[in-house]
Amino acid sequence: MLSIKNLQVGLEEEDKQILKGINLEIGEGEVHAIMGPNGSGKSTTSYVLAGKDGYKVTAGSAELYGNDLLDMNPEERAAAGLFLAFQYPVEIPGVGNMTFLRTAVNAQRKARGEEELSAGQFLKIVREKAKSLKIDADMLKRPVNVGFSGGEKKRNEILQMAMLEPKMCVLDETDSGLDVDAMKLVAEGVNALRDGKRSFLVITHYQRLLDHIKPDVVHIMADGRIIKSGGPELALEVEENGYADILAEVA
Amino acid sequence: MTDMIAKDGVEAETVAAVKSLSGKYKYGFSTDVEIEYAPLGLNENIVRLISDKNEEPEWMLEWRLQAFERWKQMKEPEWAMVDYPKINFQDIYYYARPKSMSEEKPKSLDDVDPKLLETYAKLGIPLKEQALLAGVEAPEGERKVAVDAVFDSVSVGTTFQKELKQAGVIFMSISEALKEHPELVKKYIGSVVPQSDNFYATLNSAVFSDGSFVYIPEGVKCPMELSTYFRINAENTGQFERTLIIAEKGSSVSYLEGCTAPQRDVAQLHAAVVELVILEDAEIKYSTVQNWYPGDENGKGGIYNFVTKRADCRGDRAKVMWTQVETGSAVTWKYPSCILRGDYSQGEFYSIAIANNMQQADTGTKMIHLGKNTKSRIVSKGISAGKAQNTYRGLVSMHPKASNARNYTQCDSLLIGDKCGAHTVPYIEVKNNTARVEHEATTSKVDDDQLFYCRQRGMDEEEAVALVVNGFCKEVLQALPMEFAMEAQALVAISLEGSVG
Ligand SMILES: Nc1ncnc2c1ncn2[C@@H]1O[C@H](COP(=O)(O)OP(=O)(O)OP(=O)(O)O)[C@@H](O)[C@H]1O
Ligand SMILES: [Mg+2]
Repeated sequence: MLSIKNLQVGLEEEDKQILKGINLEIGEGEVHAIMGPNGSGKSTTSYVLAGKDGYKVTAGSAELYGNDLLDMNPEERAAAGLFLAFQYPVEIPGVGNMTFLRTAVNAQRKARGEEELSAGQFLKIVREKAKSLKIDADMLKRPVNVGFSGGEKKRNEILQMAMLEPKMCVLDETDSGLDVDAMKLVAEGVNALRDGKRSFLVITHYQRLLDHIKPDVVHIMADGRIIKSGGPELALEVEENGYADILAEVA
Repeated sequence: MTDMIAKDGVEAETVAAVKSLSGKYKYGFSTDVEIEYAPLGLNENIVRLISDKNEEPEWMLEWRLQAFERWKQMKEPEWAMVDYPKINFQDIYYYARPKSMSEEKPKSLDDVDPKLLETYAKLGIPLKEQALLAGVEAPEGERKVAVDAVFDSVSVGTTFQKELKQAGVIFMSISEALKEHPELVKKYIGSVVPQSDNFYATLNSAVFSDGSFVYIPEGVKCPMELSTYFRINAENTGQFERTLIIAEKGSSVSYLEGCTAPQRDVAQLHAAVVELVILEDAEIKYSTVQNWYPGDENGKGGIYNFVTKRADCRGDRAKVMWTQVETGSAVTWKYPSCILRGDYSQGEFYSIAIANNMQQADTGTKMIHLGKNTKSRIVSKGISAGKAQNTYRGLVSMHPKASNARNYTQCDSLLIGDKCGAHTVPYIEVKNNTARVEHEATTSKVDDDQLFYCRQRGMDEEEAVALVVNGFCKEVLQALPMEFAMEAQALVAISLEGSVG
């Protein structure tokens, strides 16, 4: 469903190449993990897929179900089913979490030509999903991410994902900063969304999360390229030995 | 689109329909009714004519003439941060009324020209005595809103007269009040905003044609929201309305004011005066959603809005709350003020001022602390987009007797794009050393990361901006009565359309 071919990306403002030809094929229902040293281009990959400003695609393509992602604006990509759980979720003062969620859900439904959810319908669904992520009513009322702890922000991302029911979920270090219990909640939240059709791209530094969310494929990214792909055992290898061996191997 | 002028009923409707689809200024249609004008320009005879049309008592005419004499000696103020072509005061009609409202005034709303009623229906203003404003989904119990509808220079009618009368509340146009309760009008008019207060207030004193009058007797909580809806329709006409609200001891009222005007290429003048008198333990909540036509993207046309609004907290523990959402007008010059005379009296000012395209807004408040233990709070949210200029101008004055007086001012500006400007001009005078003044000011830009976050979740750019801006304005929106809060929220979104991308 997600097909990235030779994706090369630089910065718009300065002459700096960040992604140097990424190739990635994620099939329906698959879970892929990307690991890699800091600054290797993992977040950049997720931003470029989602359509963030400031990057210039110099070559390659990215398609979701055959639709050219790079040709769409961010909201069209979202409506087409792409979701990004941010590494650093953004705070929006004064905008209630619930209002934000409802506006988002209805915007996507509208874009897809579906009927908007009524306040009642929406409330019922959101309460149910929030409960399973241990997000209390207070957090739903508070302004989006304002004053949320690191872990709360990440759980809130998963709640948004659950509400929006995307086809392709990209999670950028959703496990970072989570305590053991929160990690479990997040993993359960993700697993609950695995229905054999929905696909996931999980960016992480730690094997821990992958204990809970079993990946089909693990990729290692370094310096803007995927340098090695393999099964779940690749993550264990990184956990034990770091990246030095792998980097040396391909060098 | 913008140079399309509605000529007759059918065209006007088409224009309105197209406008509402495109989401631009929705109220730009005009109503095709026969209008009776006073001769063009301003002189003593015009002042006499207005007074005569309203069948006013002699003292009122004398008062107007006095104001007119003073006005002739005065100069237009130039200190505000607004720039507009010089107004030719002789090139304006000072009085315009639909013919159907002339000779024999309709006895009740049922007798009013259907075209006029239709105008208000189109604007979403209920002149039928229905419980709620249009567009509000879930009523919290039975909420009623009484409306006084002012069309150009005259009041078309006022709803819920009977119910209000039962409660002892007087709510009628000021021209009617001059006939039915002249002693009340005489006692209070000009007592808060004196005739010679400023250039525009003095002009208004001479030529005001109508407006609303409210009297809440001692101990009465007004049983419903009161509102006045001002509509400028006639071309080349100034609107000069005068509103006077008196809250006797221990009474309270919530009053709403709304305004729109057709879309026209030539700028029009609006110079209103609002006076609030608040006695011991009484409370007035005054909310405005100002949505006069702002002119087009290039600054052509629009309303020049010069308004003097002032509340006098005469009694101890008197309380006033001004809330304003200023989205329209080409030029806005407006500083709703509070004179905190009574001990422990309180003034609050909540403001959202949005300026887009070529709009200019210079607005703020004055808190004059005279009494002991008086308290004031100012929350101002200024939003600038396009090439607009938005200025907050505020005065907090602690007089020698204002011991333990407190003021808190929070003044936030939000910029959208890099061609607009935000300015904050706070004046603070403290003449009592037990008084405290706190001032906080911030200026920020709509953050790209916030917009991207919203868009990644599926909102388009304008929706994202509206959401972020509504969040920025939250404190003020919350201060509005429910009916207006929803309208205001939608207005914020509409006024900012085209400000991004
Ligand atoms: N807008 C930008 N301006 C300047 N440099 C940028 C920008 N965006 C990304 N970079 C650079 O591109 C490289 C890749 O960054 P990216 O955030 O994608 O790394 P990452 O793999 O997600 O790292 P981490 O594991 O630390 O999150 C880094 O060197 C980073 O500094
Ligand atoms: Mg990263």
